Amino acid sequence: MSGSIGRPVSRVDGPAKVTGAARYAAEFAPVDVLHVALVGSTVPKGRIAALDTRAAQKAAGVRAVITHLNAPRLPYRPFDERPEVDPSVGEPLRVFQGPEVRFSGQPIAAVVADTLAQARHAAALVGVTYAAQAATTTFEGGRRRAPKAGGGETRRGAAVQALGNAAVTVDAVYVHPREHHNAMEPHATVALWEGERLTLWDKTQWVNNDAVEIAHVFGLPDDHVRVICPYVGGAFGSGLRTWPHVTIAALAARLVGRPVRVELTRRELYTSVGFRPHTEQRVALGARRDGRLTALIHEATAQTSAYEEHTEETLSPARVTYACPNVLTRYRLVEMDVNTPTHMRAPGVATGLFALECAMDELAVALDMDPLELRLANYAERNEEDDLPWSSKELRACYRMGAERFGWSRRAPAPRSMRAGAWLVGYGMATALYPAYRSEASASATVFADGTASVRSAASDMGPGTYTAMTQVAADVLELPLDRVRFELGDTALPKAPVHGGSITMASVGTAVQAACEAVRAKLGAANGRSYAEALREHGVDRMEATAHVEPGDESKRFSSWAFGALFAEVRVDVDLGIVRVPRIVGAYDVGRVVNPTTARSQCLGGMVGGLGMALLEQADWDPRFGRVMNANFAEYLVPVNADIGELQVLFAPGDDRRFNPLGAKGLAEIGLCGVAPAIANAVYHATGRRLRTLPITLEAVLV
Amino acid sequence: MELPRPRRDIELTLRVNGAERPLTLDARTTLLDALRDHLHLTGTKKGCELGQCGACTVLRDGRRIKACLTLAAMQAGAEIVTIEGLAADGALHPVQAAFVEHDGLQCGYCTPGQIMSAVALLREGRTGSDDEIREFMSGNLCRCGAYTNIVAAIRQAADRAA
Ligand code: FES
Ligand code: FES
Repeated sequence: MSGSIGRPVSRVDGPAKVTGAARYAAEFAPVDVLHVALVGSTVPKGRIAALDTRAAQKAAGVRAVITHLNAPRLPYRPFDERPEVDPSVGEPLRVFQGPEVRFSGQPIAAVVADTLAQARHAAALVGVTYAAQAATTTFEGGRRRAPKAGGGETRRGAAVQALGNAAVTVDAVYVHPREHHNAMEPHATVALWEGERLTLWDKTQWVNNDAVEIAHVFGLPDDHVRVICPYVGGAFGSGLRTWPHVTIAALAARLVGRPVRVELTRRELYTSVGFRPHTEQRVALGARRDGRLTALIHEATAQTSAYEEHTEETLSPARVTYACPNVLTRYRLVEMDVNTPTHMRAPGVATGLFALECAMDELAVALDMDPLELRLANYAERNEEDDLPWSSKELRACYRMGAERFGWSRRAPAPRSMRAGAWLVGYGMATALYPAYRSEASASATVFADGTASVRSAASDMGPGTYTAMTQVAADVLELPLDRVRFELGDTALPKAPVHGGSITMASVGTAVQAACEAVRAKLGAANGRSYAEALREHGVDRMEATAHVEPGDESKRFSSWAFGALFAEVRVDVDLGIVRVPRIVGAYDVGRVVNPTTARSQCLGGMVGGLGMALLEQADWDPRFGRVMNANFAEYLVPVNADIGELQVLFAPGDDRRFNPLGAKGLAEIGLCGVAPAIANAVYHATGRRLRTLPITLEAVLV
Repeated sequence: MELPRPRRDIELTLRVNGAERPLTLDARTTLLDALRDHLHLTGTKKGCELGQCGACTVLRDGRRIKACLTLAAMQAGAEIVTIEGLAADGALHPVQAAFVEHDGLQCGYCTPGQIMSAVALLREGRTGSDDEIREFMSGNLCRCGAYTNIVAAIRQAADRAA
């Protein structure tokens, strides 16, 4: 009903998820579906010299063993314009098109069999001989270069000179490890051909682009591929691109003439769907004695693959977070023989904020100033880089609300000065921000004579609550109770939606849903207390549908739109054992209008959990001899468990950003992860007096 | 070297959610794959197949186990309850209802495992404090980070059951 927006509504897909009725990609089982197991390369670079598939082919239940020797040459029709989720420089990995090996774990063969057990057994029987080549498997050993896509350097004022003249300076290097998305649902694809038409049930954050990519691979018209994905079991960026296993599923199904399912194992996910790149950063800050920044230099060097150039917005926080006349940012890449990194929740921004916000903490120490005071002293009243006013910014309110709830004023300034029994106590804080984007999007709305409505868009819901929020927006405009509105998503048969990433869904699809619902009301002339049933009767129809396509206007030329936040963390450190616990985190956020406080809070809670993982637990252990992740499983790649999580509090500053879009929402998936890791790292410094600049902050790092 | 050929199919009857389910399976089939691929009970999730994530948690004779770590052949005769067997006559089990009410989920993929684990937790009497709940729910990973709300949901279910 009107007023649905802003209410703490329970997830509309909650019952389906708690009963097991919600179906994820691997769970669609067309009749006669076969199973696929993959063989991955064991060298990081070289050529396949010989393949022996005889034993595999003879194994029970095996229908096909596909390698570059017997796979058809696929068209890989070139794009006029690369999809925005793919790197603009380089070529995506092609599947079974040649003997080249570009990274360890690259799929080099696929076995199709009646059952998963049979397919996996046979895959283990495939014999491979490699002509290995010297590989670049260390960050230090890789060629360092500017991004070919451009944007390697930005300057405002004269930062180097200003740094030399600054009264107070800090200058340090921060290291962020390779991290993996590790969504709970493994990526999976089910492929079914009917003549020249292909249906894919695929785990993806963008069904529309998934279909287009696969159509290009197979040289089909775009509309011959349908992608269906009603539920995504988390993705955090791993589902943005269309990875090789999707092509393998379609190829295998075509070759055996039966539907197939490819389900990646947890280990395979570490080489199949990208990762957050290892990034080393230097931040140098210069300030006046009163804390005002005079110079800011932020340099980041991140790994990419040898075949594609993945770049991130690591340095955008340096350019916009604080007021500073002299700013220099420099971005460099290191090519390695690894699979291509990709975006992972708050890509780049979370990495860059870790370095920037730790450096700000170091500056506060050097100035003998409260870290929060230092942020306020450098509050950016406008986006100085783009020279634009903010469309909205309630960061001051965030600082105040967060500090108050947290009890920041109780912080004793000196490190190692707060204790709780045997534990050292530390308080740390950090600023968070994330750009708010909006894309074009479409939606349709249909009202029926029984007073229900159906609203559709090919959007996605990987957990933030798209189903729920869109239902609220539609119910609000249509003035219907929530349970009379049904929102459908995740199918290319529905009106086109943009990528479900970068926190753009609410601002983009939400405004399309709003417009479609307004359009159907206008078409019906529904208003003035007339029911839809009456209006439809007058039109002599039993239903009425309207479709809307909305695009952003010129607002991004007039305003700079970002979500903001202030994070406060308490840590307890056992100096004898090196244990770091996080009993409390408080986050206060400005995300514009909050459509659903319940799911919005959950998003931010989840971001805090992810940020705690980033701070204390997560890293891919790298074996440079084989160019391989050693801890490619949940027992050794640590992610936060329930017992790691203390009290988390989420506050929202009142906001409604109609300058940014007609819904007033700025988006809030990514912002939740931002600022958490530096707040914790800064709290560890406050507790121990030790500045740890390499993530994660492990027991051994605290002890040394 | 000639590798031993895998054993042929075996016949067995699983008892799942109160129903007898005769099956002919490859002997290597895990209980998890038997549930998902053969009985089409896809509510039990596959997250790692290594016993490390808890997504596949089901009840065997009232105790929580990981369905990926046991072969279906080893479970003939046992009473298996999956997420699909929890709601009675269409009404949500109190733990399911509490998860919806407290938003103890986001993507929902870990959720069936969390709920099965929580149901067992209540029976185990491990809900004395929030810390105890956290500790004994730590075999169920949630990458979306819904832990705070999961604890709140279990707390409510425990209080109501008391
Ligand atoms: S799938 Fe069984 S514990 Fe992960
Ligand atoms: S709800 Fe997504 S993993 Fe738990």
